[in-house]
Amino acid sequence: MAQSIQAGQSYGFFTDTSVCIGCKACEVACKEWNQLQGDSPAFLADSFDNTGSLDAQNWRHVQFVEHVPDESATAGNGTAWLMMSDVCKHCKHASCMEVCPTGAIIRTEFDTVFIQQDVCNGCRNCIAACPYSVIGMNQQTGTAHKCTLCYDRLQGGLEPACAKACPTQSIQFGPLADLQKAADVRLATLHSQGQTQAQLYGRDESVYGGLNAFFLLMDKPETYGLPNADNARLPSRNDAGGYLAALVTGVLAVVAGLVAFRRRVTR
Amino acid sequence: MVFLAEHFVRAPQWTWYILFYFFFAGLAGGAYVLGTLLRLSGDPRDEHASKLGYYVALPALVLCPILLTADLGASWSRFWHMLIDVTPGETSPILHYWSPMSTGAWALLIFGVFAFVSAADAWLADRRGAPLLPPAVGRVIGIAGSLFALFIASYTGVLLSVSNQPVWSDTWTLGGLFLASGLSGAAALITLLVRYRSEAVVSLARLRVADGYFSILELVLLVAFFITVALAGEATRIVSWFPLWIVALVGIVASLLGVRRPARAPVTGETAAAPLAIEATVVSVLVLVAVLAMRAAVIFSAQ
Repeated sequence: MAQSIQAGQSYGFFTDTSVCIGCKACEVACKEWNQLQGDSPAFLADSFDNTGSLDAQNWRHVQFVEHVPDESATAGNGTAWLMMSDVCKHCKHASCMEVCPTGAIIRTEFDTVFIQQDVCNGCRNCIAACPYSVIGMNQQTGTAHKCTLCYDRLQGGLEPACAKACPTQSIQFGPLADLQKAADVRLATLHSQGQTQAQLYGRDESVYGGLNAFFLLMDKPETYGLPNADNARLPSRNDAGGYLAALVTGVLAVVAGLVAFRRRVTR
Repeated sequence: MVFLAEHFVRAPQWTWYILFYFFFAGLAGGAYVLGTLLRLSGDPRDEHASKLGYYVALPALVLCPILLTADLGASWSRFWHMLIDVTPGETSPILHYWSPMSTGAWALLIFGVFAFVSAADAWLADRRGAPLLPPAVGRVIGIAGSLFALFIASYTGVLLSVSNQPVWSDTWTLGGLFLASGLSGAAALITLLVRYRSEAVVSLARLRVADGYFSILELVLLVAFFITVALAGEATRIVSWFPLWIVALVGIVASLLGVRRPARAPVTGETAAAPLAIEATVVSVLVLVAVLAMRAAVIFSAQ
């Protein structure tokens, strides 16, 4: 990072999955800096991915999408492996922030999404809302935890630990506008090389108004467990319909009750 | 074009506390509304059943914040963070109208005041022989409180829908469904309590009729729920909780059948009330079990 990190500017990650080698250095660096103990060791046994998913202890997760054929692959058809270092997307329109009743989830001065641990009371509404399954409950504190985009490091002028540790520059950190330019260049390069399946996810506003942590994918979003633009919808979409149905039911029920209880007083 | 929803969300692990919260919130709201409607019936003899409604609404409501607080992951002492944003330097009351959990927290608080006032007034009326509040004021309070009662009984369904969970967020029906079932359950609960206040028996047959109407609403909404969820491609998730749905349907059907045989004898004395009580008791228990089962089926089908 040549330039200094300044409050008031939008920062994010550009995660280029085409160069991810699945080393998990990001996961380790994240845990070291953020003092995450990690989940108790388990052996998932069905993949080189032994982390499983993002949660309260895993704020970076190198996802292995495996299509290993039964017969050995021939040269040049190397699509048996897709690797992607997943992370909180720091959505412009964040589902978690929308439903949070306590005001614990805020946008920071770096335009990132941050859960204030002293405000969160562990209601888990954000977990029900996050479409990416990012947030988990920390069993020690009883509060919701996720990637902070290394809020403390940014305040100290340092780039996030995962980006610092990534050996292939699959994880790039910087001002959002710079990252978007870099991503456009990278996409054009890949397309010119015939990698037409390469696509950007969250670069534009089609997904939750744009993601501060966006991705270059080598397959469609669903393959990586990411909702496509049609499915990326905010929880509040159901407010109007839900309340309207309740209102109509309420009116009908009150009328029905009045009709049922009405009685002429007989003397 | 049929839109198939795809979900990659994690379940929030809301389970037993929340299930019973939804149950008691439906009953508290429903009982308060019925208490008010009975008071508006035009027959002073309905006052006894009306008081039963107010009496049962208060304890059912008191359980609600206790269950909600017990479910919080952080210390129980942070329950008030639902009402006051304690962000350092920006401490202020917080109400996000688009987040049902936020509006629900305030509604619980306000409805709590109404439920207490109405129950206290009913109790004073029983003790002194006359209510403390003038009847007109009591009615106005009852009507105002009923607006919050209707909200409390229904918003829990909307809260589930305002998420990205499969099933919950794939339907618009849950708020209405929980309201109809809460009212039906409250009618059943008041019916069961009539044994402790025999004067209320005059309202019993009409309570069953009201329950029948509520059950029709519930049935219609339940069908709409199944259709909306199936159209979103999530039908298999509901089907796996099929025993609970059967229990829920049994309650609805029992309630509808119970209405078909209203009390023929003039229900004034204990002897006339006795045969009605047995049938009504069975129906009421089935309805209450169904209220719980339906909520359990909805909550569990997403997780």
